Amino acid sequence: MNRIRLYQFGVVAGFVALLEVLCLAGVIDKITMPPPHRIAIDFYKLMMSGKLYPEISKSMANVLAAFVLAYVVGILTGTVLHAHKGVRDTLDPLFATYYAIPIFAFYPLFIVMFGLGDGPQLLIGFLLGVVAVIVTTLNGLDRVPMVLRKTARIGRLSPFETAMRVTLPFCAPYLLTAAKLALAYAFIGVIGSEFIMARSGMGYEIGYAYTNFDNATMYPLILLILLLSIVMNSALSHWEKLLLARRGRI
Amino acid sequence: MSSPHVTLRGVTKRFPASAGGGGVHALGPVDLEIRKGEFFAVVGPSGCGKSTLLELIAGLTPASEGSVEFEGQPIDQEIPDGVGVVFQEDACFPWLSVSDNVAFGLRKSAFSAQDRERRVSDAIAMMGLSDFRRSYPAQLSGGMRQRVCIARTLVAEPRLILLDEPFGALDQQTRLLMGDEVLRLWRETGSTVFLITHALDEAAMLADRIGVMSARPGVIIEVVETHWPRDRDSRIVENEHFGAVTSRLWKTLRDESMKTMGRTAISP
Repeated sequence: MNRIRLYQFGVVAGFVALLEVLCLAGVIDKITMPPPHRIAIDFYKLMMSGKLYPEISKSMANVLAAFVLAYVVGILTGTVLHAHKGVRDTLDPLFATYYAIPIFAFYPLFIVMFGLGDGPQLLIGFLLGVVAVIVTTLNGLDRVPMVLRKTARIGRLSPFETAMRVTLPFCAPYLLTAAKLALAYAFIGVIGSEFIMARSGMGYEIGYAYTNFDNATMYPLILLILLLSIVMNSALSHWEKLLLARRGRI
Repeated sequence: MSSPHVTLRGVTKRFPASAGGGGVHALGPVDLEIRKGEFFAVVGPSGCGKSTLLELIAGLTPASEGSVEFEGQPIDQEIPDGVGVVFQEDACFPWLSVSDNVAFGLRKSAFSAQDRERRVSDAIAMMGLSDFRRSYPAQLSGGMRQRVCIARTLVAEPRLILLDEPFGALDQQTRLLMGDEVLRLWRETGSTVFLITHALDEAAMLADRIGVMSARPGVIIEVVETHWPRDRDSRIVENEHFGAVTSRLWKTLRDESMKTMGRTAISP
């Protein structure tokens, strides 16, 4: 473990230790938050009981679906827009102001359109992530050196082959950044919408536990979301570092 | 070494007006015949349209007027088969190993896996990169990366090799050694080579004939024959005739370079 990793671990461990002390000393009361060691025990029990597995599976399936949809549609749209400057220029103002729009405000409309099932949650996760993927893909494609495009032309590659073999591989680090964004937005969109009006899922269970002062369920579920999000993002970051190292950029 | 391999007739290139600026007459009219199997170099002042000329021959950009023919067939934005280009900029694909970069030049061609592997190995060995075939471009020096690009061009066995200031980013010693490599490859492959360079000594050392271009819009104002033997290398710079060739190039080019810099020619 290198020194930076040690510092990073130290910061997290120090924060958890501080919470533990504050909880045990009564500065944070037990009803607001149990001490971290209690959360860890409850987490273990919850995971062993398996009673929330259907909720966890449902949420994770929706997060994954929203992520894949936003990622694939975002990359394809970004690639097509890059080749059509006029359309891109027309849509640029929308992309620039997109994240000022509170997508969650449309949730009731989506329920009217798609019912109370998984559709509205999936759609929000997708809508939150897709524009970030489009913009990041465009950003990467803008940076492809002209000489690589010329090399593709000399090799008589079709536009599709050029995208698959030259421009998109060049953009791989940008596409991994896009994946991290899409994943984060998929979590926010799906779990966030489950809080509002859903009847199942991890977000719904956290909200239900909160209303019933059930800290033994609420905090372990929050911890689970944190762990899943951190593990997935760390895996993508690790992959990104490997790519950049191969290209001599770190 | 007499039939024309590439023929340019009245080739002109004009770039259309862009926002905030008028149109640019970049090149021409250029009339030129490059013979099959010869090493032809072009020198000229900065911005005279040397690289545009190369792109016209490669089919990367269309001529505004005139015609370009390769092996008797017109080239008009269609990249012709049998043409390879080495650019000045680093054109290695950073995500591919040396071996995969070189193999990239073959993918469109119909070779068996075994034949492809043999050709890639041969091209890598020819450029002295056998120990680095699994390395990535970021692990190589600038000269080695340029050799990867040359290997990628050679692997497809092009009949016409276009070199756009391929040694521009390299130091003098490496340039001389790379020049030797290119001469050796030219002799071994029998390809026609068209070299764009701003270095008069490089053109004088490598080429059979050297076209000197005027300031923009560039036209060929003189073609200088070097009369070097085919079997030559960088030691040709020691030849007493070498100084005469570079002097003649400079004499023709000096006034044109001064025009580019906005200065009036000084009488000898």
